[in-house]
Order: sequence, then structure tokens, then C-alpha cells
Amino acid sequence: MKRWALFLPFAIFVLLGFLLWRALYLDPKDVPSALVDKAFPEFNLPTLVDKKPRNVSDIKGQVHLVNVWGTWCISCRVEHPFLVKLAQNGVRIVGVNYKDDNDAALKWLDDLGNPYVFSVDDEDGILSMDLGVTGAPETFIVDAKGIIRHKHQGPITAGNWEPLEKIWLKLNAQAGTLDKTGE
Amino acid sequence: MLRPLLFAISIFLTFQVQAIVNGHEYPFNDGTDAENYTRAQLFRELAEELRCPKCQNQNLSDSNAMIASDLRRELYKQVKAGKEGQDIIDFMVNRYGEFVLYNPKIKGITLVLWFGPVALFLLALLVFVFVVRSRRKQSKQNIKNDELDEQELQRVQQLLHKTEQEGK
Repeated sequence: MKRWALFLPFAIFVLLGFLLWRALYLDPKDVPSALVDKAFPEFNLPTLVDKKPRNVSDIKGQVHLVNVWGTWCISCRVEHPFLVKLAQNGVRIVGVNYKDDNDAALKWLDDLGNPYVFSVDDEDGILSMDLGVTGAPETFIVDAKGIIRHKHQGPITAGNWEPLEKIWLKLNAQAGTLDKTGE
Repeated sequence: MLRPLLFAISIFLTFQVQAIVNGHEYPFNDGTDAENYTRAQLFRELAEELRCPKCQNQNLSDSNAMIASDLRRELYKQVKAGKEGQDIIDFMVNRYGEFVLYNPKIKGITLVLWFGPVALFLLALLVFVFVVRSRRKQSKQNIKNDELDEQELQRVQQLLHKTEQEGK
């Protein structure tokens, strides 16, 4: 047997060790979304506050964050102040109130502030199912054409906003050029 | 004679058109008996085969997560309405991705998953054959080396001769 062949088991060991070491730092909950780069699903739902029916055309034309939330969801309370701050800085956020009690949801918006352009009342979770939501909070970045460009699972915080902001800025820049050519 | 038999069969059938999954009863009674039976069967199969998207390793029938019970209800609704198994699987994959399939389709990114073990086994077999062959070759060579060539024979005879003479 050739001499180098003796090092083969060692090489395999190193390779396996590297793979397993890498896997230690991967998040198994970080499942790729099936909806990225697909059109935002059709919906027809009343808003939470004024009960006005809204559909998918209401989120087209501008870049939106679509945030799935519920008063029963503890992480939503964690991210809420940051969403309020984002809204104050001009980020358009649309809420999907996921299987929630309307009174509790309205009280939540009164008490903690309302960062949403509007929140639709997804009482039966139909829109959330079409969005492939597995739990709140989840946030989608939807471009001006109504295509989902990114999905974020879990609360948005000051700590993890930066990469999302990049996507948001990029999409806004693209939408800006779209507006110019459209004129 | 016939009556109790029919009675037993009807009881058997009523049990069959109701799938019990995760402690909940899911009755199927919209179609004919045969349809109900296959639907209940399909429901049970899909609840086993579809994975709860929120959980790491539980299927829809095992999980108590909210999303799992929602999806069980959706699954029940669709099966009851007579939808095909493949359509329901597509519905789930379109929303939750390939992750929900315990039996993923064979395509680009799942090739490693499907054929990786076979490839590794073949590789191991190849290494095994290689090692066995080279060992065999080596031992054959050793046996060959055991035979003395002419020079060695002469030397052995010399040595033997020498000791013989010294012994005298």
C-alpha cells in the first residue's frame, strides 16, 4: 500500500470533525422559507382597528414589513417597542394579527403603541397558513411588487435589525428606480 | 347466522371510517363507505408522513404544537373534501417547504440525502476489497520470498559443510 494511503483515515477524521464542529453552530430551527421570491398570497381580511377590508393590492407599491403577531405571544411583546421605533423612522409595517382576541389586540395597540400602517385580523389563521407561519412573531420583507424577499423568524431587535435593514434599503432603492422608469 | 355477521361488519366499518389521531376523533362520513375508508386511511398516512414545521422531529399526529393541530385540521378538511394525497402534499410543501416531508422528493438538493448512504457503503466496500487484495498480494509475495534462490542454496550448503567439518 502506498504511504499516503495511511493518512486517509486521519484525513476522513479531520473532515468529519470539521463538519460536526460546523454543525454545532447551525440553528436547526432555521428552516428556509418556501415563500421567499414568491408573490405574497392573496387575502381578503378586515383590519383590526377600523374593520375595513384589505387585500394584497394594499401592500403593493411600497416596500413593507409584514409582521405576524398576537397578544398571546411573549416574543411579540419583546419586539414591539422596536417595531414602534422602526415605524417612527419611516419603515412601513403591516400587521397580521394571528388567531387573536380582538379586544386584547386593540388594548395591546392602545397600551404599547401602534407601529402598523394597518393590521389585518387573521382570526382563523388562513393568511398565516398561506404564509407558512409556524409561530409568531414572524416578519416578511415584501418588495414594492408584492414579492416576498425575506423571512425572519423570531423577534426583530436592535441586535438583529442590521442585516434586515440592508435588505430593506436595497429593496427601497430598487423601488425608487422602478418609480422613475414608471413615470 | 347472517345477521350477527353483518352487524359485526357494520361495527367494524364504523370504526374504520373514523381516524383517531393524537387522541382526537376525525370522522369521515361524507362519501360512500369505501370512500370514507380510503379517506380515513389517507388521513392517517399523511398525519404520519407530514412533519410538524415548528418541531424538530415530530409528525403531525404526534405533536401537540399549535401549528400541528392547525395543520391536522386543515389536513382533515382537505381529505374530507376528497382531495388527492399528492395535492395535499403540494399544498403543504408550497407553504412550509420540503422540511414538512418525512419522505422528501428525489431532486437536486435531496440527492445526497437519498443516495449518500449508498455511496458511502459502496466506498467502504471498495476500500475493503482494496485492502483485502493488497494483503493477499503481499502474503503471496512473502511465500515466494521463502523459497531460496541458487545463491542462497549454495550459501546454506557451505554453512552446513562448515559445521560438519567443525563437528569432526
